[in-house]
Amino acid sequence: MTDPHNESLIHVDNLVTHYADKKILNGINLDVKKGEIMVIMGGSGSGKSTLLRYMLGLNKPTSGCIKLLGQDITKMSANELHQMKKEIGVSFQGGALFGSMTVSENIQLPLTEHANLDINTMKIMSQMKLEVVNMAGFEDLMPSQLSGGMIKRAALARAIILDPKLLFFDEPSAGLDPVVSAELDELILRLRDAMGMTIVVVTHELESAFKIADRITILDRGDILMCGSVDEVRNSDNHRIYNLLHRKPRRDVVDVDEYLQRLTGKSLDSVPEKSNIHNPDNSRY
Amino acid sequence: MKYPVSKHLNYSIITLSGEIDLNESPNVRKQILNIINNNNSLLIDLSNVEYIDSSGVASLVEGLQTSRTKKLNFALLGVSESALQVLQLARLDTVFTIYNSLEEVEQA
Repeated sequence: MTDPHNESLIHVDNLVTHYADKKILNGINLDVKKGEIMVIMGGSGSGKSTLLRYMLGLNKPTSGCIKLLGQDITKMSANELHQMKKEIGVSFQGGALFGSMTVSENIQLPLTEHANLDINTMKIMSQMKLEVVNMAGFEDLMPSQLSGGMIKRAALARAIILDPKLLFFDEPSAGLDPVVSAELDELILRLRDAMGMTIVVVTHELESAFKIADRITILDRGDILMCGSVDEVRNSDNHRIYNLLHRKPRRDVVDVDEYLQRLTGKSLDSVPEKSNIHNPDNSRY
Repeated sequence: MKYPVSKHLNYSIITLSGEIDLNESPNVRKQILNIINNNNSLLIDLSNVEYIDSSGVASLVEGLQTSRTKKLNFALLGVSESALQVLQLARLDTVFTIYNSLEEVEQA
C-alpha cells in the first residue's frame, strides 16, 4: 500500500529552461512530498526564482515535465492551468497586492475568480484568514497604508484563502526585521501542521531555512548542488555549499592603483606620485 | 444533498457528511440558516465529515452569528482532530461550543 505521506505532490523531472539563448536550468529533478516544507536556496543567478516560476506554470520549459498533484502542468491548456490554480497558493516577494483594493478585497479576489459563494461567506472567510495571519482589524486599509511585514501577511492570507493543497512562498523574510520574519516562519509551520499544506519556500535567509525546512534544495548556476535534510545540509563538506552557507560580505583585495584608474579613467602616468597626492605644494610638477 | 435532521432535547441536529468544500458549502449554509430561521437551536453533527474547508467553516460561523442574534443555542458535535486544527488556526475553537457526544449535550 502507498504511504500517503510519501506521495509526491510536486514532481519536477529533468527540467531544462532557457532565457533567450542562455540555459538557466540544466535538468532539474525534484520531488516534494505531501505535507513537506521544501526550502529552495541559492545565490543570485542560481535559478531558484526561475524554478519557482516554472513550477507555477508561468513559463513553458524547453524540456522536461512538472507535475503538480499528479498532473503535468507543462502540457496543460490555459483553462486547465486556471483550474489547477484553485489548488495552488502563491505569495510573491513584493506581495503583489492590488493598490486600488482594500486588504479584504485583495484577499477575496481568488474567491470571486474560482468560487460562487455568498458575499457573507466570502467576508467571513477573508476575516478568518486575517485572524490566521494576525491582521484582524486591518481589512479596510489600502496596501499603501501597510508596513512591509503586513503586506507579506496580507499576501499570505490571500494565498491561503482557497485552502490550497500547495503553497509557494517567494522570499518570505526579504526586507523584514528579524522579529516579523520569525513570526512568518512560525505561521508557515502552523499552516503545514494545521492544514496539511505542502509548502515550497524560496529564500536566501539561512536562519529561516533551517527553522522551517524538512528538506533543503540548494541550487547553483542552474544545477542542484544538494538536496537533503537540514542536518545533512548543515554538515555538508561540499566547499561550494559551505561557501554559500557561510558567505560573508564581499571584501575583495583591491589593487588601489588599478581601482583608481578604473574609477577616474586616468592612468597613474597622468597624476602626481602617490606620495604627493596629499601635499600638492610639494609637487615636483 | 439534503442532510438528515433529527430532534434531541431542545436542539435540532443536522448530520453533515462527506466533504464540505467550495462546491458543497453553499448547500450546507442554506440548510443551516433555514433551520435557524425557523427558530430552532441547532447542533451540527460533524462526526461523518471527512473534510471541511474554510468556506464550510464560514457557514458554521454565519450559523452561530445568526443563532446569537435570535438568542438560540448553536453548537458543534463530533469535531474531528483535523477539523479542530482548522478551527484552532483562526482561534474559532474558543468561539464555538463543542461537544464530544450527546451525553455531554445532556449534561450541559
